[in-house]
Amino acid sequence: MNRLQTPSELENLRKSLEAGRDSSRTCITVCMGTGCSASGAAEVTKSFREEIERQGLGEQIGIRTTGCHGFCERGPLVVVHPEGIFYQKVSREDVAEIVSRTAVQGEILDRLLYTDPASGKKIIREKEVPFYRKQTRLLFGNNGRINPTSIEDYIALGGYSSLGRALFKMKPREVIDEIKKSGLRGRGGGGFPTGRKWDSCRKAEGELKYVICNADEGDPGAFQDRSLLEGNPHSVIEGMIIGGYAVGAEEGYVYVRDEYPLAVKHIEIAIRQAAEYGLLGDNILGSGYSLAIKVNRGGGAFVCGESSALMASIEGRLGEPRFKHAHATEKGLWDRPTTLNNVKTWATVGIIISMGAREYAKIGTEKSKGTMIFSLVGKINNTGLVEVPMGITLRELIFDIGGGIPDGKRFKAVQTGGPSGGCIPDTMLDLPVDYDSLKEAGSMMGSGSFIIMDEDTCMVDVAKYFLSFTIEESCGKCTPCREGAGHMLRILDTITRGEAEEKDLELLEEIGKMMKVTSLCALGKDAPNPILSTLRYFRDEYTAHITQKRCPAGVCRALIEYSIDGDACTGCGACVQACPESAISGKAKEPHVIDGKKCIKCGLCLDACAFDAVKVS
Amino acid sequence: MMNADLIKEVDRIVDLYGGRITGSIGMLQDIQSRYSYLPREALIHVAERLDVPLSQVFSLATFYKAFSLRPRGKHLIVVCMGTACHVRGATRLVDEIGRKLDIKPGETTEDNLFTLEAVNCLGACALGPLMVIDGEYYGNMAPKKVESVLGKYSES
Ligand SMILES: Cc1cc2nc3c(=O)[nH]c(=O)nc-3n(C[C@H](O)[C@H](O)[C@H](O)COP(=O)(O)O)c2cc1C
Ligand code: FES
Repeated sequence: MNRLQTPSELENLRKSLEAGRDSSRTCITVCMGTGCSASGAAEVTKSFREEIERQGLGEQIGIRTTGCHGFCERGPLVVVHPEGIFYQKVSREDVAEIVSRTAVQGEILDRLLYTDPASGKKIIREKEVPFYRKQTRLLFGNNGRINPTSIEDYIALGGYSSLGRALFKMKPREVIDEIKKSGLRGRGGGGFPTGRKWDSCRKAEGELKYVICNADEGDPGAFQDRSLLEGNPHSVIEGMIIGGYAVGAEEGYVYVRDEYPLAVKHIEIAIRQAAEYGLLGDNILGSGYSLAIKVNRGGGAFVCGESSALMASIEGRLGEPRFKHAHATEKGLWDRPTTLNNVKTWATVGIIISMGAREYAKIGTEKSKGTMIFSLVGKINNTGLVEVPMGITLRELIFDIGGGIPDGKRFKAVQTGGPSGGCIPDTMLDLPVDYDSLKEAGSMMGSGSFIIMDEDTCMVDVAKYFLSFTIEESCGKCTPCREGAGHMLRILDTITRGEAEEKDLELLEEIGKMMKVTSLCALGKDAPNPILSTLRYFRDEYTAHITQKRCPAGVCRALIEYSIDGDACTGCGACVQACPESAISGKAKEPHVIDGKKCIKCGLCLDACAFDAVKVS
Repeated sequence: MMNADLIKEVDRIVDLYGGRITGSIGMLQDIQSRYSYLPREALIHVAERLDVPLSQVFSLATFYKAFSLRPRGKHLIVVCMGTACHVRGATRLVDEIGRKLDIKPGETTEDNLFTLEAVNCLGACALGPLMVIDGEYYGNMAPKKVESVLGKYSES
């Protein structure tokens, strides 16, 4: 492979690669993102390869494995190009027919099409599926079009041309101005203006500077960074090189969660390929600018997503946050000027340079520009990743794109921002989703995870869940976070056991406010958010636990009882089999009963009963 | 008792990272993936090679959750306790696995067949509740499916 020496060599390469991508040729793409892989995409791909070989169609039909398309609920996903026929929930058994009937004869297999639950209509093309129709897929759009382990795929679609433009047509100062003008704010949660961060790093004194990509993605329920790194790693690298050029960095690090082996693999391959083409390393594209990028794997500590802890971890130390006497842009990694951004932030950079700041700034709201990738998870029909303009309403996200709540249940709340965020109730469904509105509502953008909850979710239990998470992840260095969170958890625990008093709610609020002001890092400062926001919007539910000793959602084990509805029970005995404690008895074909003393409330009988006869009260 | 092979292997890994403290987390990760845990002798040797107190290496090994100081069982069961899986009933899933194997998360069965770990979000929330055994994903898990899934691993 020849190193590219000039931007025009890159452009020539792009042209020849593009010509090689015959867009009229039949090509079957299979999503190999984590969701689809977990539902068997690897076997599907293997079968396609074998089937194409067996039918001797290797010349006519191409096969491409791609990154995540976002619609994980429906995986494995297969698209047959050039028509763009979209098949969902494809299994190995479907492969032969897809090859011989769809790929060869252009016939559409009805049973594999997606049915729009709203209209009941079958949908043929991916972009017509309501889930995709309302999206603006700037960052994510190419995930379904490229093989993430092929730099040629990325270059063919115009990849690295923004880098060429930045290095040869723009001064570092101009790159920063462009990013400032675009209004881009950090996608890692805080929403700090990216251009301003770069500017102070550029101005900071120091021979050696660093750029870091934060791919620690510790927020449970978020997997957008993972999908980008797995599905389009070069877009992240391109952004880092442009940023490195703008701030004057010589070395870069990508800090990836160790739980993401595929992301680690793809980013490592991408770095190697970029270096081979002369797009990374010494004298990039002959511009005189050099940058080396290394990959560091995280050790599985949530707090390492915090910037100062992350840098400590790269240095080989404990991932404990530091008190910020100076900004990382001046004294970061090894006390040298450092620019640290989230995966999505870096991936946006190339897009801004290519479409221009002015165009980019037209998307989104006044203070939150551009698009954001959200994960829709929990009690929602269309689980997956969606990219939409900032300012979209919660209702559009959850109902129009997300398809609403399964099993005809009622929407109760959406939790945004992970363990640092809060819960937003159904009365606020028309809230626009942007950094500032979410913050005002007592939550935050965070990494963009949206956990949807229905009527069966207990808000006290959710608050307790997040607090236990924070306690487990708290590094223990500062007292407010270490002791405060522990004390709050003890109170929540008494509430869920029906042993609390009403004044405990005030104590919860008091501790929460204290933690927000006095904790060392944002982990402790934001830890009370899930509790404070549920107290704000769902106080009744807390009170029901306290005064009526009742868990309205039927979740808190100390406050619920299982019983069998004699009218509905057919005496089939399925629950008797399921019960691990032998707490259920009864004669065959006669209504059974549960012995409350033996019952451990595991819920297995509820799952086992086919007649809805097991009741929770 | 020093195991010569282990020392050699640790030396190889330490050299891979240039023998510098900055590579320590990567070293421990490699040692762990080689032995499924961090053997005591390995930690002692890493500390000697890096010329730092053992306590420093030990603090890394205990701070980061990815590390285990005890050998793991033959099969590693990872249950996702992330938020998406939580609201879809992960607690009941992990309880049921614990009951069936008579262990708690973080423990290994007496016969060394299974280790149970609870982690946060595996990034496949669409499939929640989710468990992964030796890298194989089991999505949309219900407590009642636990027995048959575990059965597949018990025989081997
Ligand atoms: C406890 C804690 C965890 C965090 N985890 C992450 C994370 O997983 N990914 C991330 O990008 N930022 C995370 N952040 C935010 C980072 O500290 C930092 O603000 C961000 O990565 C900066 O990038 P941006 O400007 O592109 O948003 C976390 C912050 C805290 C306090
Ligand atoms: S919460 Fe379980 S995979 Fe994300």
